[in-house]
Amino acid sequence: MSIDTDTARRVAHLARIEVSEADLAPLAKDLSRILDFMDELNEVDVSGVEPMTSVTPMALKQRQDVVTDGNRQQDILRNAPDAREGFFAVPKVVE
Amino acid sequence: MTLNTLKISEARDGLQAGKFTATELTESCLSAAEASAPLNAYIAHTPDLARAQAAEADKRLVAGDVPAMCGIPLGIKDLFATQDVQTQAGSAILQGFKPPYESTVTQNLWSSGAVMLGKLNMDEFAMGSSNETSTYGPVVNPWRRAGGANQDLTPGGSSGGSAAAVAADICLGAAGTDTGGSIRQPAAFTGIVGVKPTYGRCSRWGIVAFASSLDQAGPMAKSVRDAAIMLGAMAGHDPKDSTSADIPVPDFEAALTGDVRGKKIGIPREYRVDGMPDEIETLWTQGAEMLKDAGAQLVDISLPHTKYALPAYYVIAPAEASSNLARYDGVRFGHRAKIRQGEGITAMYERTRAEGFGAEVKRRVMIGAYVLSAGFYDAYYVRAQKVRTLIKRDFEQAYAQGIDAILTPSTPTAAFGLGEMADLDPIKMYMQDVFTVAVNMAGLPGVSVPVGLDQQGLPLGLQLIGQPWGEADMLNTAFALENAANFAHHAPKWW
Repeated sequence: MSIDTDTARRVAHLARIEVSEADLAPLAKDLSRILDFMDELNEVDVSGVEPMTSVTPMALKQRQDVVTDGNRQQDILRNAPDAREGFFAVPKVVE
Repeated sequence: MTLNTLKISEARDGLQAGKFTATELTESCLSAAEASAPLNAYIAHTPDLARAQAAEADKRLVAGDVPAMCGIPLGIKDLFATQDVQTQAGSAILQGFKPPYESTVTQNLWSSGAVMLGKLNMDEFAMGSSNETSTYGPVVNPWRRAGGANQDLTPGGSSGGSAAAVAADICLGAAGTDTGGSIRQPAAFTGIVGVKPTYGRCSRWGIVAFASSLDQAGPMAKSVRDAAIMLGAMAGHDPKDSTSADIPVPDFEAALTGDVRGKKIGIPREYRVDGMPDEIETLWTQGAEMLKDAGAQLVDISLPHTKYALPAYYVIAPAEASSNLARYDGVRFGHRAKIRQGEGITAMYERTRAEGFGAEVKRRVMIGAYVLSAGFYDAYYVRAQKVRTLIKRDFEQAYAQGIDAILTPSTPTAAFGLGEMADLDPIKMYMQDVFTVAVNMAGLPGVSVPVGLDQQGLPLGLQLIGQPWGEADMLNTAFALENAANFAHHAPKWW
């Protein structure tokens, strides 16, 4: 599976990572190499095999649907790069 | 006596016998840690916290209320959230992050009386096998090649700081995490013991997530006994992690009888890989003979899907990472990039992540986004999850034949030089996990035990793979191997 620079640009955007035009070609080469390695999986006969969803078979626990924590606004905001008046602040999203 | 060189078991016995205090032990470790800058193992020292915890431990010792880790000084991998203490997962994107909470595993250790010396270096987001992807720069292995012109070697990764710190006696034990081999490979590279428990044995709550279906915390220590003591303190059910198992934690130390008579040890033929150095093959044979001499029975077994574990891992782990690392967007914590006039929030996300993530993390997040994207999900991700079912089935079939544990090499090489892999393609580095990664894929426990030195005087380890929830029995087999190998080597102090 070979990745061209257009695909590399699309993947970078999907991953929300800015990549300069100059870096797209080496990135495409790296990604292609890794995907070639993954292509070994095509040798395996997986017909009739269920994909794994849980490595340890166990029923997930249930709990009462009640509030167990809260009132920690300061804790939650204190690591934010920009917090104002009790909110996370971000650049304007809607014009 | 240099207290920092003690094993956990020796320190525990000395503390309880009143030979020294937790404060004296902690001061010895703090001094050794402060003098270890050339190793770059610690990325943060917490002497005030350590002294307070040691004073508390001394009170408990006097009062006779002595939990398992009372007064034992530890280093903690930077992946564990530690309340009000720098927690960056080795990444620039978490610059300045101080969690307002404590991870369950570290809280369990503190509740068990342990003392925190500081945070330990690691590959960025635990993605790497050499510690070279860390934003703090690489850790240097305390071991050097005999006649090797003092070249700096890697301690392995991703728990490289933890491994180097234990090997260098700048803590008595360290907490690590293992997603594809990140405890066992560095343990092998530094001549120490490292345990990856069964998936679900230790809570993942408060551990910065890499690949949630594979991540597991475990102890790194100077002996199997120390690892058993420490694992007992780390493990246990946690309502905050729905994948943590609600089953009793056995007394792992009590299981260490060293008696392996009648145990069936599987030797999987698929682990004899092309290009494996002769000395690793020889070490593996010697380890098998040691267990045989101790009364175990060796059985040739087949794990036919072994060769597909690594490519399947490099689909599943990046897929989960791309999802887990989506939270680093410059809004709630860590680094935020500056945007220019006219740019919007998408530019902020994309530049924040471009500036904050290193090359390997970007590569894996993008691979993950690709294999999960429309049109490729079935071809890559679903197929890899099916292969994962087959990998697990291989182990189930071996254990159903009556195999008690499986013996393999821990790593395909000894420690290599820092920078040696820099210009090679990324797959070369990924091959470091070739013997360890199937264990994570199948959710099994594994342990690396130091068994010998290579021709250059560097440590080599062997891995034992146990049955699900069978850590006690696995550690007992590891204990028998440790006794027989009698690995008494130590890195000479040069720093």
